[in-house]
Amino acid sequence: MIFLSDFSVIKPEFGLFFWSCIIFALFWIIVGRFAFRPIAEALKKREDDIQSALDESVRTREEMAKMKAENEALLAQAREERSRMLKEAKETSDGIIKEAREGAKNEAHKILQQAKSEIENQKKQAITEVKNQAGLLAIDLTERLLKEELKDKDQQKKLVNNLINDLNLS
Amino acid sequence: MNFSTKFPINFLFSVLFLLAVTYPSFGQHENHETTHSEASSDEHHEGDICAHAGHHEGDFDPASTAFHHIGNPNVYSIGPFNFPLPCILYTPGEGLEIFSSGKFEFDFQGHGEGHKAYKGYVLDAGTVRKVIDPSFPREQVEIGGVAQMGEDYFVCYGGHPYALEARSTMDGGLFGGGRTSFYDFSLTKNVVSMFLVFAFLTWVFFTVAKSYREREGKAPKGLQSFMEPMFLFIQDEVAKPFLGEKYAKYQPFLMALFFFILGLNLFGQIPFFGGSNVTGNLAFTMAVALFTFFVVNFNGKKDYWKHVLWMPGVPAAIKAVIITPVEILGLFIKPFTLMLRLFANITAGHIVVLSFIGLIFIFGNSGASIGGASLGAVVSVPLTIFMMSIELLVAFIQAFVFTILTASYIGAAIEEHHH
Amino acid sequence: MIGSIAAIGMGLAVIGAGIGIGNIGAKAMEAIARQPEAVGDIRANMILMAALVEGAALIAIIVSYILPVAA
Repeated sequence: MIFLSDFSVIKPEFGLFFWSCIIFALFWIIVGRFAFRPIAEALKKREDDIQSALDESVRTREEMAKMKAENEALLAQAREERSRMLKEAKETSDGIIKEAREGAKNEAHKILQQAKSEIENQKKQAITEVKNQAGLLAIDLTERLLKEELKDKDQQKKLVNNLINDLNLS
Repeated sequence: MNFSTKFPINFLFSVLFLLAVTYPSFGQHENHETTHSEASSDEHHEGDICAHAGHHEGDFDPASTAFHHIGNPNVYSIGPFNFPLPCILYTPGEGLEIFSSGKFEFDFQGHGEGHKAYKGYVLDAGTVRKVIDPSFPREQVEIGGVAQMGEDYFVCYGGHPYALEARSTMDGGLFGGGRTSFYDFSLTKNVVSMFLVFAFLTWVFFTVAKSYREREGKAPKGLQSFMEPMFLFIQDEVAKPFLGEKYAKYQPFLMALFFFILGLNLFGQIPFFGGSNVTGNLAFTMAVALFTFFVVNFNGKKDYWKHVLWMPGVPAAIKAVIITPVEILGLFIKPFTLMLRLFANITAGHIVVLSFIGLIFIFGNSGASIGGASLGAVVSVPLTIFMMSIELLVAFIQAFVFTILTASYIGAAIEEHHH
Repeated sequence: MIGSIAAIGMGLAVIGAGIGIGNIGAKAMEAIARQPEAVGDIRANMILMAALVEGAALIAIIVSYILPVAA
C-alpha cells in the first residue's frame, strides 16, 4: 500500500499533536474562563432578568386587579355608608321635626289648657263678681223695697209672714 | 431541513471520492516501486536516482497533488506564494534545532522543494526530512534534489544519494513511515493556522464578552448578536438536554470544542489562504478526541463505572464474557470514532474539491491542451462551487456532531441512576 | 491486489452505512411529516444517529486502509 506513504494526514505527526493539545488547552482555559463563562453568566442573568420582569408584570397586573377590586369594594362601602348616613339623617330630622311638632302641639295644648282654665277662673271670678254685685244690688233693691213696703205695719207683718212661709218652704 | 437530507448524501459523496481519488494513485506509485526494485540493487543504479531527482514535475498526478495540499508542510502557501515558517526540530541526544525553513531556500512560487540542506535536514514537498548518514555536511549546502524510491527518500548531494528518514510521525513506522530519530515540533502550516484561528476566536469572544459586560441588560448588537444564536444553540440544544442540571460546568469545554473545530473547519475552506486542513489531520482530531476521552472518564460517576465494568441486571457469565469487554472497548472506540469522523469528513471534502480542480489539469493534459483545460474548467467550476458550499455545511455539521456526541458521552458519564 | 480488495472492503462498508443513513433519513422524514412540531428534536437525534452509523462505516474504511499497510 505505497500510496499511503504520501497520505500524510493519516500518519499523525507528533509535533502537530503536541501543538494541537497546547493550543486547544489554551483556548479552553483562556476563552472558557474569560469569555464563555462570562457570556453564559450574562445570558443567564439576562434570561433571569427577562423572566423576573415577566413575573413582575404578571404580579403587578394581579396587584392592579386586586387593588381595583379593593377600590370597588371601598367605593361600594362608601356608597352604602352614604346612603345609610342619608337615611339616618333623614330619620333624625324626621324625628326632630316630629318631636318639635309634638312639642309644639303639647305646648299649644298646654297653653290652650291654661287659657281655658284662666278663662274658667276669670269666668268664675266674673260670675262671683256678678253674683256679689247682684247680691249687693238685690240687697240694695231689697232695702229700698223694704223701706217702701215696710212703711206700714201691715205690710211688714205680711211680709214677715211671707218670709216665714218661704223659710218654711225652703 | 435542507442540511439534514444532504448530510448523508454528502458523506457518501465524500467517501466515494476519497476512494476514487486514492485508488488511481495506487497504480501511479506502483510504477515507482518497480523502478525502485530495479534500481536499488546495486551501486551503479543509485546514480540513476540522482539523475531523476527533482523530476517531481511531469505528468499531472491528481492524487499526490491532493495529498500535497491537504498535508502539513513547513511552508505557508498563500495563493501560489510560499512563506517560510520556523522549524523546531528535536533529536534526542543531539538537542533542539530552531531555524527558519527559509534556510532551505525553497522557491517562492513552487511546491516547497528546498534547494539547500541545512544542519543535515532537507525540505521535500514542504516536509522537513533528516539525512540518516551522519557524515552529511551540517552547514547549508546546495543539494541536487530529493528523489523518491518507493517508500524511501533520497537526497542527492554531490551526485550521490543519501537516504532520508521518514517524516516524524506517531505511527512508529506502521503506515509506511520509517526510522524517525527526531521529533518535529515545527510551527507548520497547520500549527500556524491553529494559532491564527486561536487568536481570531479569542479576539471574537473577548469582544463579545466585553460587550455583554458593557451593554448589560441591553439587546445584543453587532458581533455579539452574530455569536449569540450559535452560543445559545449549543447551550440549549447540546449542553442542556444532555448534561441536565450540571451543564454549566462542562459548557466551556463544549463551547471550546464547537467553536475551535468550526473555526478551523471554516478557516480551511478559505480559498488561496493556505486551505489548511487542520481538522482533517489525524494528529489534531486525536488531540481533541483525547481531551474528550479524559473529560468524560475523569468525570465519570460511580454509576458510570459500574455500568462499564459490571452491568447490573445481567447474568454474571454474560457480563464477564461479553458486556464488560465490549464496554471497555467502547470507552476507547467512542473517542476513536470522534477522531475518525471529523478527520474523514474534512479530509474527504478537501480531496473532493482538489480533485474537481484537478479535472482542469487532467482534461487539459497538464497544460498541453487549452481546449481540454477550458472544458475541464467548465465542468469543474460548478462542481467545485457545489462541493465547497456543501463543505461549508459539513463544517458546521461536523463541529456540531463532535460537540453533541461529546455532550452525550459526558452526559452518560455523569448521569446518576436511580434503580 | 491487496489495494483492490481494500477498495472493495471500503465499498461494502459504504453500502452498509448508506443503507443505514438512508433508513434514518427516511424514518426521520416520516416522523417530521407526522409531527412537524417536533422537528428540532428529530433533526438533532437524526444527526446523532447518522453520526453513529457513519462512525461504524469510518472504522471499517480506516481498517481497510490500515490492514493492507500493516500486512
